[in-house]
Amino acid sequence: MGVIIDKELCIGCEQCLDACPFDALEMKGDVPEVGDACTLCGSCADVCPEGAITVPEVERAQDDRAAQAKGVWVYAEVRGGQMPEVVAELLGQGRRLAGQLGVELGAVVLGHGLGGVAGELFALGADVVYAADDPLLADFNDDIYCKVLTRLIAEYKPEVLLAGATSVGRSMIPRVATAVATGLTADCTGLAIDPDKRLLLQTRPAFGGNIMATIVCPTARPQMATVRPRVMKRGERREGFEGRLVTVSLDAEDQAVTKVLEVVQSLEENVNLTGAEVVVTGGRGVGGPEGFKVVAQLAEALGGVVGATRGAVDSEWIGHAHQVGQTGRTVAPKLYIALGVSGAVQHLVGMQGSDTIVAVNNDPNAPIFDVAHYGIVGDLFKVAPAMLSHLKQLRGQG
Amino acid sequence: MKIAVCIKQVPDTANVKLDPETHTLKREGVESIVNPFDLFALEAALRIKEAAGGEIVAVTMGPPQAETVIKDAIGFGVDEGLLLSDRAFAGADTWATTAVLAKAIEGLGDVDLVICGKQAVDGDTAQVGPGIAQRLGLPHVAFVKGFREIENKRLVVERQMDDGYDVVELPLPALITVVREVGEPRPPSLKGKMRAKKYTVPMQGAADLGLDASQVGLAGSFTQVVKVFAPSHSGERRRLEGSDEQMGAQVIDALVDNQVIMLGS
Repeated sequence: MGVIIDKELCIGCEQCLDACPFDALEMKGDVPEVGDACTLCGSCADVCPEGAITVPEVERAQDDRAAQAKGVWVYAEVRGGQMPEVVAELLGQGRRLAGQLGVELGAVVLGHGLGGVAGELFALGADVVYAADDPLLADFNDDIYCKVLTRLIAEYKPEVLLAGATSVGRSMIPRVATAVATGLTADCTGLAIDPDKRLLLQTRPAFGGNIMATIVCPTARPQMATVRPRVMKRGERREGFEGRLVTVSLDAEDQAVTKVLEVVQSLEENVNLTGAEVVVTGGRGVGGPEGFKVVAQLAEALGGVVGATRGAVDSEWIGHAHQVGQTGRTVAPKLYIALGVSGAVQHLVGMQGSDTIVAVNNDPNAPIFDVAHYGIVGDLFKVAPAMLSHLKQLRGQG
Repeated sequence: MKIAVCIKQVPDTANVKLDPETHTLKREGVESIVNPFDLFALEAALRIKEAAGGEIVAVTMGPPQAETVIKDAIGFGVDEGLLLSDRAFAGADTWATTAVLAKAIEGLGDVDLVICGKQAVDGDTAQVGPGIAQRLGLPHVAFVKGFREIENKRLVVERQMDDGYDVVELPLPALITVVREVGEPRPPSLKGKMRAKKYTVPMQGAADLGLDASQVGLAGSFTQVVKVFAPSHSGERRRLEGSDEQMGAQVIDALVDNQVIMLGS
């Protein structure tokens, strides 16, 4: 299966080879041949100057769920009595999507001791809150959480379900999507509605952020997506707004298969890189564990957290939990400051989505400068202290 | 204990360069490797086998050349491998991928533990592990960073969370996905490498698994890519000039002017 190339029309210009994000095309003689990696994305057909490429329609099983499903839902994660910031962002975005579709916005919350949460969800934009408050849901266990959410989806049939791409969301939502047999797009950074087809257009970075892909789920419902924190805008608060509260009870035979024995809150162990607004990262250029002092000072002054490259972590200058990049965490803060980071691709893919990137490195040819909005070729041990003292001065502390 | 480890062949992006103009990967001549997170899955399996005994089977879905990742796994010390390859599997989303992997794991019989890396570095979805667990009706814990207890019928694991970690008990059979903290992968052994050389990788296609072509690959996928485009790298890029001290002050001024840094109340 793959795109169809008309050998008569093809002039062998190879533009399609460059356009293919999946490297699925290969020249065989004068014309390209389509390999197994083809996903029918159509990038090749878009660039073909001769119109020689057609994208076949894939036959999919009929699914009547699209006709029945209605409403936009947000999964409102609660952990330790706290709602992560992403819930407010999802409700903000959910309101916009529900408005375009002309439907209600629902919020689903699972947990125990949820007093006050429903009111907060109404204030943040929900029209309806489905709340399951039960001792069995006190701790996060994928199996029971999945079971309850799956039942709610089967009963109320929402057309869209959004959840935060947090540790909880990324663990439980794939299980829910599989249980209800629908599509799921991970870690979206853009969501929009195709008004004609009532489809959710889900945009996410692929190949470590090197390309963006827009994905739809044409027939199955709900259309499910996890959404990256701090990308969507929260809505206006509606103080005192009273929506409809639906109380959900568990079945008598419900039980959790896994069991949480202990919850350890520890940012030392697990630096909250993904949730940070500012990340200051040290690379091999900091020279050793001592070099991370200035990195930490700058991070602290900016209310941010300390990141590290794989090189610095592998040299044991700092713990794994700080690692940004392909085998570490992917971050997209408002401000990313890279000190002594050369910018290997495996690092860049983990941070190039940051809003503003500052790089300080003594090598003018370091690849980090290709993605940096502010590039400083210099000695980080002079530049970073200068940044610190200037910041203190502006704040009237210096 | 019988352990199945799911692994994936991915392009090795660690050694390639970005095209400075298009900001896309220059992928010519890029080698294929075992997904880095799957190496942690293999390492976790080997450690559990050392603690509890048993056998490890590495399973991959991919084109015929993906048999090299099975051979790599044999080199690390796993007992057996299985390549799931069929033209019909091409273009699968995570739903269609878990259809194949779950069927294959079921076919291995009496698997006590399935281990996956937390995500593949080419797709970054982290969806396949939990999806397999649901299809097999197994409990799962994702993002496992360590083991507290390893027994034949139960595990106590540490699960990485955004704000710390949870200690979770799970009965076996079960599925876990693992993160880097479970332990650095050991190098392949000489004995393993010798065995890998001679090892014939068993292969199964859709028919062997009893799956219809409509259940797998692009045809069996719920999601569909409708557009692919280069990310916009917004904002101008500039190099500052002056002494180190001047540049340090300049960049702070620029960040304050652009309201990236708030000076506070």
